[in-house]
Amino acid sequence: MRVSLFITCLCDTLTPDVGKDTVQLLERFGCEVDFPQGQTCCGQPAYNSGYVKESKQAMKQMIRAFEDSEYVVGPSGSCVHMLKEYPKVLHDEPEWKERAEALVHKTYELSQFLVDVLDVKDVGSTFQGKATYHPSCHMTRLLGVKDAPRILLENVKGLEIIDLPLKEDCCGFGGTFAVKNAAVSEQMVHEKAEHISETKAEYLIGGDMGCLMNMGGRLRRNDEDVKVLHIAQVLNSQ
Amino acid sequence: MSIKIGKKTYAERIQAGIDNAFMRQAVSSAQGRFRSGRLKAAEDLGDWEEWRTRGEEIRSHTMENLDYYLHQLSEQVEKRGGTVYFAKTAEEANQYVQKIAREKEAKKVVKSKSMVTEEIGLNEALEESGCEVVESDLGEWILQLDEDPPSHIVTPALHKNKEQIRETFAEKKGYTGSDQPEALAAFAREQLRQDFLSADIGVTGCNFAVAESGAVTLVTNEGNARMVTSLPDTHISVMGMERIVPTWEELEVVVSLLTRAAVGQKLTSYITALTGTRLESEVDGPEDFHLVIVDNGRSKILGTEFQSALHCIRCAACINACPVYRHVGGHSYGSIYPGPIGAVLTPLLDGYEDHKDLPYASTLCAACTEACPVKIPLHEHLIRHREIIVERENMGSKAEGVMMKGYAKWASTSAAYKLSTKMAHTALKPWTEDDYISNGPGPLKGWTDSRDFPAPARQSFRSWYKQREKRRNDG
Ligand code: SF4
Repeated sequence: MRVSLFITCLCDTLTPDVGKDTVQLLERFGCEVDFPQGQTCCGQPAYNSGYVKESKQAMKQMIRAFEDSEYVVGPSGSCVHMLKEYPKVLHDEPEWKERAEALVHKTYELSQFLVDVLDVKDVGSTFQGKATYHPSCHMTRLLGVKDAPRILLENVKGLEIIDLPLKEDCCGFGGTFAVKNAAVSEQMVHEKAEHISETKAEYLIGGDMGCLMNMGGRLRRNDEDVKVLHIAQVLNSQ
Repeated sequence: MSIKIGKKTYAERIQAGIDNAFMRQAVSSAQGRFRSGRLKAAEDLGDWEEWRTRGEEIRSHTMENLDYYLHQLSEQVEKRGGTVYFAKTAEEANQYVQKIAREKEAKKVVKSKSMVTEEIGLNEALEESGCEVVESDLGEWILQLDEDPPSHIVTPALHKNKEQIRETFAEKKGYTGSDQPEALAAFAREQLRQDFLSADIGVTGCNFAVAESGAVTLVTNEGNARMVTSLPDTHISVMGMERIVPTWEELEVVVSLLTRAAVGQKLTSYITALTGTRLESEVDGPEDFHLVIVDNGRSKILGTEFQSALHCIRCAACINACPVYRHVGGHSYGSIYPGPIGAVLTPLLDGYEDHKDLPYASTLCAACTEACPVKIPLHEHLIRHREIIVERENMGSKAEGVMMKGYAKWASTSAAYKLSTKMAHTALKPWTEDDYISNGPGPLKGWTDSRDFPAPARQSFRSWYKQREKRRNDG
């Protein structure tokens, strides 16, 4: 099975390790992974800020980049969901809309791909420690991926998952919101960081780098000793 | 009052909200109660998603055929002795009510809770024409005594705790009792009884009007609406033109959704359906009944991509689920309609000029959309508002516009993108310490004021991947 990695611009630049783990994980399950070098950013920063015209340019670049792919898999619920919105955004350009639809049909978030397409529930990884999991808003509410990460994490040997209080609440990231409404975002991420500390977990696991970066940044600022990990890093740990 | 409240800027309001620890405590605990109530009520019902779908269908069918149902409603109301008045604007609605008050030589008007009368500023209009106006809903009464606007559409005094309420009662009404909710409520009841008996006109809102029978229904927990509608000789009900259902059958569905989504109740204590004036065989009810149907910008929304905003049944589930609302409170929105639905509705009814910040007061986490019992895609409406603000209204900041143009270039040219991933680490090096940035430049500052930012990696993923490919091919 041929899988094109959709790395997301955040992982590409800030946390390449997440990408490496994603590649290795997929290869472990027999996928032939490639990386289309034409890919950039999904367009979400512009789209969610109201700059739809600008976002379309990014979208078209992404459509072109993945045109030859069999499957497209990304380690982010939020960015994958953005890809899924392309046909709606490009509705008045029939040719692009059609190409966008083709992309939508072959695109998956990482945990969703493992569970729903590869039919894997236990990736056979071992990870010692106590962790809590933050289910990101776009992954759960918009993409509808609720169970896959939980199923995969439950089967990791040595890993104890502690329930995060008010876990369904947004961490306050919201892309440009974190800068535009910095004061409100700070209150939200502070509350989230407090809930994370309450669990006494050593690790915070999530499936979206944006949210993880936000929560991790606040935990670090609060001098909390919680390590932040993307789910791909845990699943690829032996 | 009108839709817009206060004169402070968005940033000032937000900061005032964040700094108000009392309010935040009150809001956060209320949100917790409402949320768990809603989830439990939904679970008890079993097939909540099917109910939501049914609710959405009913609302959407009604809006598609609004002219038909409004016509039917007014025919039915008139058949039962009532008078119907269509008000295009807030002014027209107020003038009509003022006219009735003049005709009746009314001195006192008693009211039950109604958001639409807040929206049009009816109280002020009536006071201007010499009437005393008394709010009889406990929350509204507290706010009236305090001259404070509502901060929530179901529990308008949500931002106040019982100690503050006790103080208001003591200061304004000479109350000497405790801050126990029961004692406070008993005091209010005793004070209001006189007003019920001496009022000339009772004014209510309308949760839903039933088109087939001309009935106006009111959903309350305090029972005050029954006094308002049965003691004074004249009853005026003011409704937003979208608050209508075709028949009793649909009413049952939307009321079930409303009470469950709002407070997690199967039903509220009182659901009152009022049909026309007092008949000869009846012992109570008004001699004169007027239904004022208010447009005030609603018909402009019909037929647009925002039409589903008119499906709203004012349950506040979206407000109770919103984490932004929790931290800033209702007054921060600068509108009598706060929270996610407020951020969608306010610019539609009152324009973008004064409210262009509201659509951005959301992380787009979609907790609102998920909570909405009639499936209004609230977060999508917010994105669409942002697009209009930027592209049609031209109200985006210049700096942001320039940045986004740059973004488009960057994200649509893989060479430019590639170069930036290569350069990012070096470019941010001056601000980097231990692989983190704690005091970032430019737009990063908003971020690093409250949290650290991970420094870009020395080697981007794509360049690692390229090397790996090369090694593989060479090896
Ligand atoms: S938008 Fe939906 S959730 Fe919000 S008040 Fe209206 S009906 Fe309730």
